[in-house]
Amino acid sequence: MKWDEFFVTGDPLIYGADVSILLTMVGILFYLTKYNKWKWLWDEWLTTVDHKKLGIMYIVSAVLMLFRGGVDALLMRTQLAVPDAKFLDSQHYNEIFTTHGTIMIIFMAMPFLIGLINVVVPLQIGARDVAYPYLNAVSFWTFFIGAMLFNISFVIGGSPAAGWTSYMPLASNELSPGPGQNYYLLGLQIAGIGTLLTGINFLVTILKMRAPGMTLFRMPMFTWSSLVTMVIIIFAFPILTVALALMTFDRLFGSHFFTLQGEGMDMLWANLFWLWGHPEVYIVILPAFGMFSEIISTFSRKTLFGYKAMIWSMLLIAGYSFLVWVHHFFTMGSGAAVNSVFSITTMAIGIPTGVKIFNWLFTMYRGKIQFTTPMLWSIGFIVNFVIGGVTGVMLAMAAADYQYHNTYFLVSHFHYVLIAGTVFACFAGLIYWYPKMFGYKLNERIGKWVFWIFTIGFNVCFMPQYFLGLDGMPRRVYTYSEESGWGPLNMVSTIGGFMMGIAFLVLVYNMYYSFRYAKRETTGDAWDGRTLEWSTPSAMPPFYNFAKIPEVTGLDHFWRQKQAGKVEKLTAKDIKPIHMPSNSGVPFIMASFFFVAGFGMVFDWMWMAIIGLIGVFGTLFYRSFEYDDGYYVSVEEVIETEKISK
Amino acid sequence: MAKTTAEHHGFPWKHLIGFVLSIVLTLFALWVALYTDLSVTWILIIIFGFAILQAALQLLMFMHVTENSTSSNLTSRVQIGNILFAAFVAIVIVIGSVWVLTAGHAKHDKHDEPKTENHGGSHDSEEHGSH
Repeated sequence: MKWDEFFVTGDPLIYGADVSILLTMVGILFYLTKYNKWKWLWDEWLTTVDHKKLGIMYIVSAVLMLFRGGVDALLMRTQLAVPDAKFLDSQHYNEIFTTHGTIMIIFMAMPFLIGLINVVVPLQIGARDVAYPYLNAVSFWTFFIGAMLFNISFVIGGSPAAGWTSYMPLASNELSPGPGQNYYLLGLQIAGIGTLLTGINFLVTILKMRAPGMTLFRMPMFTWSSLVTMVIIIFAFPILTVALALMTFDRLFGSHFFTLQGEGMDMLWANLFWLWGHPEVYIVILPAFGMFSEIISTFSRKTLFGYKAMIWSMLLIAGYSFLVWVHHFFTMGSGAAVNSVFSITTMAIGIPTGVKIFNWLFTMYRGKIQFTTPMLWSIGFIVNFVIGGVTGVMLAMAAADYQYHNTYFLVSHFHYVLIAGTVFACFAGLIYWYPKMFGYKLNERIGKWVFWIFTIGFNVCFMPQYFLGLDGMPRRVYTYSEESGWGPLNMVSTIGGFMMGIAFLVLVYNMYYSFRYAKRETTGDAWDGRTLEWSTPSAMPPFYNFAKIPEVTGLDHFWRQKQAGKVEKLTAKDIKPIHMPSNSGVPFIMASFFFVAGFGMVFDWMWMAIIGLIGVFGTLFYRSFEYDDGYYVSVEEVIETEKISK
Repeated sequence: MAKTTAEHHGFPWKHLIGFVLSIVLTLFALWVALYTDLSVTWILIIIFGFAILQAALQLLMFMHVTENSTSSNLTSRVQIGNILFAAFVAIVIVIGSVWVLTAGHAKHDKHDEPKTENHGGSHDSEEHGSH
């Protein structure tokens, strides 16, 4: 392979990206060396097993990926703003919509939610860390390395261009030659390991590590939604793992699982992809539902309406989510019986979701509503998500779907559920738990600007796309003719897209502004909260979270304690030595070997893949014989950290 | 947190035997598929048999399926729920996929089938366009 095949060449946009990547890397290296931060980076972040720090790293990575995916989106919108535009050629456009979709789902939405789950869930259940802290670090680093492997594709080797669904035979060697599609397969495979481990880790954490007295039906709603999400992850992700492995075999080792030749079955890929893909939709929406439940309850000053109905509808969704996958390919033409059954299951899954919408509305009913920024995002979610839900029911009718399929109507539908659902939740949750992570709130005035610019921009961007879809504009086309008449609405849509981009920049500015000027929190209870994460004495909990594990007597325990004026004060004699897990650099090193292995496989350099895999197994082997039972934090240290006077 | 929950009873024979048997079963399935002259149907039946055997083996040897909880009945209820849901998902994946990919017009995705009455129907080529 020659160097000009190895690096992507010939496009000024890519050269610009090369330069900015280089400058950023040099800048980071310079900063770390000049301010002597290497040891700090290694001790505090790269080797940490603390769930709060891992959560913050997840969120930081997700915000970076939101930027990358957002730039992709704006490039597409620029190309589509006017008919017959020459800004991007068709191959480049295909690569960009592929990376936009993949990054936004796998490397933005999931890590953002998993990051918030990491920070919040152990605190909500009164635990000092997750069940398997070491495994948690492995999860983060495999996700991060998978994301990086996927992201370098646009400067080294070329990006995948077969869509985020990567349907066969389009994704086969014949129609997608070169390393691009391999990046998709390996990047997702490595990141998928991390997700599966997270699923197991948090399932065990929630089942086994709750504070005494916290029965299952006393858990906060966000914890419940995380629990159900983890169950779906554990059962859905292995399908993706297997499907990706089979396609990797097809592309690298000449097998014929999904190929047109050799008795392969191309639609089997689509089938397996959506068997995972539909549960995946619920993996990214259920935690969002949980966050909105917490926020709406807190800022309505009321206990959540229909707590048990919420839980049962989530459990129902978890089961149903495995029964609707065919609605993604009704037009395959499987016949009336199959399409009818999946039409009905799809409409049925809307019922538990509807139940939840009413629960939120009734929680607000007669509540003392405070219009804080997280609450604004939650109300905005209800309004906009319902639009996405209603158009979803339209798409669920198989016969009608033959008209909507592969048009902008569908594109608009899933952006209305994924942005108004997941992205609004990520913003709401980030703002809500920001003081828990960093010790100060984001500025509320700037935050409200972000909300209004983003929400208006979002509707300006996607509402016209429903009508473009009904006018017959297909998705995934890189340009269209003047005569089609799609020009004006596309221009409006592009303007909306850029408004969302501006809102993102204002959000980032708000982070900087609040870092400089925000008033630091003096208590752990920034929003007058209801759940245990707000009960820590300091704004940011110490690394062991709770000096004394709380005893829970019911739902919204902390709130009821405050109402009764009986918040326990910590005394020195409550303190006992605390058992904590030790940091470890092995997860980071293991993930780095995964990168070597993945990169080797992408370019079909088997020597490199084998070296990487030997490294992975080496670290696994090393860990198996490592007897580290953690350490104890002494009573004196806890007393000093908690500032208890003797 | 990192408390040693399971006591170690010497060498983990159970895990080693399970591991070796899993590998043997996999190699045997590979041998049956690649190096025997059996018909496709028989190969499928045999390797499916091995697959089910291996799943059972792993449940027994690694997955604590026989483990009984004495402290609370929550654990055993979670176990049962877990197994039932796993069975549900497995059945949906296998039977669902077979049904979806063989029912109605989807049949023509089987490229190995000789051109019989299922193919060449007047509306068949029309359906092809929607792929």
